[in-house]
Amino acid sequence: MTGPIHIRGGRLVDPSQNLDREADLFIRDGRIAGIGTAPSGFEAQRTIDAAGRVVCPGLIDLQSRLREPGQEHKGTIASETAAAAAGGITTLCCPPDTDPVIDNPAVAEQILYRAGKAGNSRVLPLGALTSRLAGEHLAEMLALQESGCVAVTNASQPVHNTLVMRRALEYAATLGLTVFISSEDPWLAGNGCLHEGQMSTRLGLPGIPECAEVIGISRDLILVERTGVRAHFSRLSTARAVEMVADARARGLPVTCDVTAHQLFLTEMDVGVFDSLCHVRPPLRTFRDRDGLRAALADGVITAVCSDHQPHDPDAKLAPFADTEPGISALETLLPLLLRLADEKVLPRNKALARLTTGPAEVLGNGLGTLALDATADVCIFDPDAWWQVSEETLVSYGKNTPLLGWELKGRVTHTLLEGRVVFERNDSCY
Amino acid sequence: MNTLKNLQLDATGNLRHFLTIEGLKRQTLVDILDLAESFANIKAQAVKKVPLLRGKTVVNLFFENSTRTRTTFELAAKRLSADVLNINITTSAASKGESLLDMLHNLEAMHCDMFVVRHADSGAAHFIAQNVAPHISVINAGDGQHAHPTQAMLDTFTIRRHKGDFGDLRVAIVGDILHSRVARSQIHALNTLGVGEVRVIGPKTLLPMDHRSLGVHVFHDMESGLAGVDVVIMLRLQRERMEGGLLPSEHEFFQRYGLTGDKLKLAKPDAIVMHPGPINRGVEISSEVADGPQSVILEQVSNGIAVRMAVMAMALGRQPGAETGRET
Repeated sequence: MTGPIHIRGGRLVDPSQNLDREADLFIRDGRIAGIGTAPSGFEAQRTIDAAGRVVCPGLIDLQSRLREPGQEHKGTIASETAAAAAGGITTLCCPPDTDPVIDNPAVAEQILYRAGKAGNSRVLPLGALTSRLAGEHLAEMLALQESGCVAVTNASQPVHNTLVMRRALEYAATLGLTVFISSEDPWLAGNGCLHEGQMSTRLGLPGIPECAEVIGISRDLILVERTGVRAHFSRLSTARAVEMVADARARGLPVTCDVTAHQLFLTEMDVGVFDSLCHVRPPLRTFRDRDGLRAALADGVITAVCSDHQPHDPDAKLAPFADTEPGISALETLLPLLLRLADEKVLPRNKALARLTTGPAEVLGNGLGTLALDATADVCIFDPDAWWQVSEETLVSYGKNTPLLGWELKGRVTHTLLEGRVVFERNDSCY
Repeated sequence: MNTLKNLQLDATGNLRHFLTIEGLKRQTLVDILDLAESFANIKAQAVKKVPLLRGKTVVNLFFENSTRTRTTFELAAKRLSADVLNINITTSAASKGESLLDMLHNLEAMHCDMFVVRHADSGAAHFIAQNVAPHISVINAGDGQHAHPTQAMLDTFTIRRHKGDFGDLRVAIVGDILHSRVARSQIHALNTLGVGEVRVIGPKTLLPMDHRSLGVHVFHDMESGLAGVDVVIMLRLQRERMEGGLLPSEHEFFQRYGLTGDKLKLAKPDAIVMHPGPINRGVEISSEVADGPQSVILEQVSNGIAVRMAVMAMALGRQPGAETGRET
């Protein structure tokens, strides 16, 4: 435990308290001890000058791959949580498609142990919905829940068999577990590797039609309604799917949804001439979808934005398009992209930050994502006016695979605190 | 990343690689056709060789089998006096484990000048062009379902020889457009050369969802689609289309879309019939039409040599110093 910290002169933006004003923040014993005025007897061991900076709750990422166990050549829990801290992310959920799969307590406990040892950010494992994610037998969800999994999911693997899906949702509902669902009709998606549309037509690549997601999500929404499970739809990519979730929410279903940050900026057109860095699942869609996702983000149908971080080694992207591995390294661009949305007047800055703090915290129901008095002191401090260029050198993650390479982004994290401890501090003077 | 730069052209705008028709200027295509025209006359001479590529080494790198395309590329290179190496990778041990890039770097180390690449993956030729040493030219001999630009050039060459000007022509492409790299390249070539109207004819299961972005008029039946056309291009129907559930049977396809003498009467009386080969007689075209007076199918094959000579000569005939560096 480190000593008391005084964060001085920053602009506190905390959507959970509707706070957006200049105020000091006082941290003691890993908790928020005071806002504006120091609590009695507070003696700062360290003072952080936050003048001109924004101080907000540590960000929560509902989906990021750490690649450990199984693919340590792409990233490790230590390397990727360090990248998360550099991006202001203090809590992240790792899906169960590791090798071995998180379908038993041993894997979940190993991940928690490694994350604790690295100490960069809080890692919350997502347990498997079905054994080996094969979509055949239910995973031991009770054991997973007891070993620290905060929700269950079949990750990117669709459960083909509708009866298995129904039973899995019923069982999760029995345990009060939230289910993260990435819906896609596997038959319509086939061997597609990008959106079925203009670019798949021009490039002669097999496409994934919009209806693969829309039909997948309609099946799953009906099952959610039947089973009463608490469901969170991950990584929506189409405007139609978001409309269906909005409709379900309006009817009172216990569903939430998120979108990846890159879907809010990139479209199928960015694939250009076979740019494998834009190879990602779900695929980049159309301008219409992007605008639909942005509108839903602004009006609160989409309550969270995730990074869907998938770091790769360089070889994974070095092949003809369809043979490359999908995924974008995205932890460190998450916050700047959301700030960009505010600059583009898609939604105000405090709302944009809510999608990275209170929104995901509500999905997890764990009381994080706030700077309220006595809350866990997870804090992100960033310079909202600092421009930086995304490059292989500036990214901390092992994975340099982002189509944003070369982009200049505004908003640079300077400090990240996890439970009152500084886990990241940017030293370069010109960040 | 590589999208801003036209990979196919060097710093002075000359052809460096030949990967796709898309993005090339009309004049570049016309230059290829004109040069091919001059080579086409060589075959009538007793000595068929010209010394343009003497001392150059051309590697035919075929990751997919194709006797005809490989043979015409080989003949084209030999008639330009180049040394030719044929590597059939489907049978080579290299397909087991060695990465595409490692293999390319090995060939580069042998001081080759040109790779003629056929590969089952869309984008393979682009990928290779992005990663080879700067002195090597890459010619796309067919990549997945993306492009087959030399085929499109030999087709337009054949059309020009028969019809002269492109402006007033109506051209219909019939059959499996969705999976056809030939059709994609033909559509770009015909549109770039200013053909009056490009039509595609086929069932909805064999047309791309977003065909309008290709700049074609779509028809689902031969009766309206063939009316008044000057050129009919039939595409080969792959057997796996039936297995994939895109069509019920070859028989039913032939009934509706097969080119028979009767259906050909819907086109202009002097319409020519083309086919990239190999032909499935009785599936997309009847023997009566394939061997009939309006068919120019065999002419396409011999024109293929002249056109490939032209493309190779242009890509390797660049001025020294006009190189662009390896992509970073």
